[in-house]
Amino acid sequence: MKKSLGTISSISGNLITVDFNSKVSQNEVGYAIKGDERLKSEVIRIQGNKAFMQVYEDTKGLYVGGKVEFSGEMLSVELGPGLLKQIYDGLQNPLPELAEEHGFFLPKGVILEALNPEQKWTFTPSARKGDKVRAGHFLGSVPESHFEHKVMVPFHLRDEYTIEKITEKGNYTVKDHIATLKDSQGKTHEVSMSFDWPVKLPISIYKDKLLPKDPLVTQVRIIDTFFPVARGGTYCIPGPFGAGKTVLQQITSRYADVDIVVIAACGERAGEIVETMREFPELTDPKTGESLMERTIIIANTSSMPVAAREASVYTATTLGEYYRQMGLNVLLLADSTSRWAQAMREVSGRLEEIPGEEAFPAYLESRIAEFYERAGLVEIFNDEQGSLTIGGTVSPAGGNFEEPVTQGTLKVVGAFHGLSRNRANARRFPSIDPLDSWSKYESFVSKDKVEFMRDFLYKGNQVHQMMMVVGEEGTSLDDFVVYLKSEFLDGVYLQQNAFDEVDAATSPERQKYISEKIYEILKTDFYFEDKENARDFFYDLRQKFIDWNGIRMDSDDFEKQEKQIDETIKMVTENEKSV
Amino acid sequence: MKKVYDKVLSVSGNVISVRAENIAYEELAEITTSREKSLAQVIKLEEDLVSLQVFAGSRGISTEDEVRFLGHPMQVSFSENMLGRVFNGSGEPRDNGPAIAENVIQIAGPSVNPSKRIIPRRMIRTNIPMIDVFNSLVASQKLPIFSVSGEPYNALLARIAMQAEVDMIILGGIGLKFDEYMFFKNTLEEGGALNRSIFFINTASEPVVEGLMVPDLSLAVAEKFALNGKDVLVLLTDMTNFSDALKEIAITMEQVPSNRGYPGDLYSQLAKRYEKAVDFEGAGSITILAATTMPGDDVTHPVPDNTGYITEGQFYLRNGRIEPFGSLSRLKQLVNDKTRKDHRAIMDGMIQLYAQYLESEEKRAMGFQMSPWDQKLLKYGKMFEAQMMDLKVNIPLEEALDRGWEILADCFTPEQTGLRSELVKEFWPEKSED
Repeated sequence: MKKSLGTISSISGNLITVDFNSKVSQNEVGYAIKGDERLKSEVIRIQGNKAFMQVYEDTKGLYVGGKVEFSGEMLSVELGPGLLKQIYDGLQNPLPELAEEHGFFLPKGVILEALNPEQKWTFTPSARKGDKVRAGHFLGSVPESHFEHKVMVPFHLRDEYTIEKITEKGNYTVKDHIATLKDSQGKTHEVSMSFDWPVKLPISIYKDKLLPKDPLVTQVRIIDTFFPVARGGTYCIPGPFGAGKTVLQQITSRYADVDIVVIAACGERAGEIVETMREFPELTDPKTGESLMERTIIIANTSSMPVAAREASVYTATTLGEYYRQMGLNVLLLADSTSRWAQAMREVSGRLEEIPGEEAFPAYLESRIAEFYERAGLVEIFNDEQGSLTIGGTVSPAGGNFEEPVTQGTLKVVGAFHGLSRNRANARRFPSIDPLDSWSKYESFVSKDKVEFMRDFLYKGNQVHQMMMVVGEEGTSLDDFVVYLKSEFLDGVYLQQNAFDEVDAATSPERQKYISEKIYEILKTDFYFEDKENARDFFYDLRQKFIDWNGIRMDSDDFEKQEKQIDETIKMVTENEKSV
Repeated sequence: MKKVYDKVLSVSGNVISVRAENIAYEELAEITTSREKSLAQVIKLEEDLVSLQVFAGSRGISTEDEVRFLGHPMQVSFSENMLGRVFNGSGEPRDNGPAIAENVIQIAGPSVNPSKRIIPRRMIRTNIPMIDVFNSLVASQKLPIFSVSGEPYNALLARIAMQAEVDMIILGGIGLKFDEYMFFKNTLEEGGALNRSIFFINTASEPVVEGLMVPDLSLAVAEKFALNGKDVLVLLTDMTNFSDALKEIAITMEQVPSNRGYPGDLYSQLAKRYEKAVDFEGAGSITILAATTMPGDDVTHPVPDNTGYITEGQFYLRNGRIEPFGSLSRLKQLVNDKTRKDHRAIMDGMIQLYAQYLESEEKRAMGFQMSPWDQKLLKYGKMFEAQMMDLKVNIPLEEALDRGWEILADCFTPEQTGLRSELVKEFWPEKSED
């Protein structure tokens, strides 16, 4: 294809206007040429013979009259074996390889291969000559980490094809041809293990999209029991700075019961993603015994990296997630933070001089947020297997106020809301998910009425607490006081979880069921105390024993011993009653 | 290739425009008015219409003044000779020393590749117990001091600069009051630290646009020194002035404001500067401490709010003391397990007791009766404030920890402190209250 050229006619921040006189399409990629550097840009508006393009790099040094080369392609990522364990920037440049070639700093206008073109993969065909196939059908597989990475018919081939030729088992690079397909017109297509897909188009070649129902276990008690997430569902974590959003995302990325985790560090501190990058290779995934990195893809477009690429990074991450879902795997995408992504849209919208909506965010903000979360889902692929993409996004609301456009736009479309509270964070109650404000539309593995019953205690306890602030402890009845103590007990031993304790950091579903049952019983029991001091001492003692219990492995003998101690503490009080 | 134009088409705020060709984005120009010369930077190109922000302000610019394009973006020298010198917001000397023109480097360079970053692990000691003990500063950290105008944040910065274990100090003053500038200079001079310091100062009497360059100049120079193996501490005061300068330019350029008049890219602009903080593996590091004044003591104001999302914690300076609540060093966990084994216990234990003291104090103020336990807490709180929180206290970490134990032993029995018994056995001072 002949490449068409354009000429820069104006520059403002990362937005350039380009005069062209051939064909240009919306979202097409072009390269602004400055000496040896080729700055990747994307068409975001066309007006007459002017194309408005956002440049994915610093525009310093570009000048009016400079050339832009259009590629004829939309912004795409390369899909194929070798994506796992990678650390990419928002445009799928592998960061470690960039560092190897260019040292400490991110060079401008350098584009590297996303998948190592030299690495050989052992391909085992599963389809045979003469088979009829469509986009997304499996041609064979290669081993990647502990998965069978399915090699699929490229998604952009939209016909039914007959396999003319398929290669034998052997070692191939991602670019080697492994099959020849013939379409209904008789035209042949050479297929390799990798292909490109435009990031802003959802991959929707599955048979059916289903309602998410199975819980996605995160091993965080307050989430799994009270505000669960479903496989294929969506959730959001809004919270002010310092409330622990990123720590919560890190914990989830470690313990979530899924096959693959895609982490999109979008416009946040570099230091945080560095922790993940440096620690994951050292940590073992308890499910497979391999390092956690084996199931992880990191997209790092941190706050000081170019803004337009930040906007793209979220789509890049989603596309990679959708790709693995097509193989029938369960994928979790963690986006931290979607507010930065929305701000990137706002910056571009401002430069385009669009009429601003609330807080200067563009009017299409909500529909963009909805489009993004709608790419999650549980799907049935061609062979009736299921795969899922779950999306969890953090939101960083300005001033910690949830009444702002990004939080509100997100709440409309997600299935669960884990609102973080500054008060809980200040009181060192972690994870600081607010148990009164948060909600989830998905079902937990703990029965609904028990969860309702426990939540009820939290509401009642909160009411008593509010009252006590006014009338003091003296003015509160003993019964009310016990309700308050019970709710504090539930909070202290179940909602709060110590992320730094090896055992307490992750609670399996079995254990959650077991312990929540115990707590449910305690909450249901009517205790009688002589006075408030007495009641307080009892619950503080019980709390301490429970916290110790939380730190003991469930399969050890101590677990039972500690449980006996707890039972005895309770028995002492209930027996006292009888004698009273 | 120097291009000269002498027809200024428009002057609006501190932005002027001229018609010119082949001008690069962010290129510098020099404007000669009848009174002075000033630098200006290209901030928008539209066909042949070039908009420039004038660092010295647009006052007195005439339509026929000469605009000479320099063919390069803003740059600064980098050399050992800069140590002990003072420059203005355009990078020119403001002391009486000679201009430095060697080793020219570009400012606002590319960001560090995240995969080259390492997990920070070196503590910077400041001899201020509220920092060393409770919120340790870590090399490569970026921390703002949130306070209202009038608090002694510059005095605190100067003290940290004097006492911190770093090789070099770069002070970036943005809209700094002249008195404060002299205060920094005198303090560092008296402490003998001036010869390892570089100042980039834009004072409050100078055009605010010139202040815009100060963080980039300071950080570009810091980056070079860090790459040469130096641990550099960069002090920026005050970043709210910097943000206000951004706001002024954005409004002059008729950009759509997002929140209280600030431009939509305020977060990215601040992040671009703060993220320069880094620890180069095998070389030096950059640590950034910045003052952020909160208009109306409002932490949800766009500047402190955006800053909080970028930086790794914050120090709240209130009533001349670093507040133990709200202040946070996100990186302290990475270093305070390697100092002394009672460090973390003292840090948590003393703060929890101090929180209880505040509750008792509140009760007392409301006229409730004080129990013996309340009395103990009151005694403790007063001692804690006088011997730990007071900014005059100037002792190394170990001494501060010992003092912590002494205060505890003066006020409580070991069980009442909730500290682990093995630590009590080792550290509890001999003479105890009862």
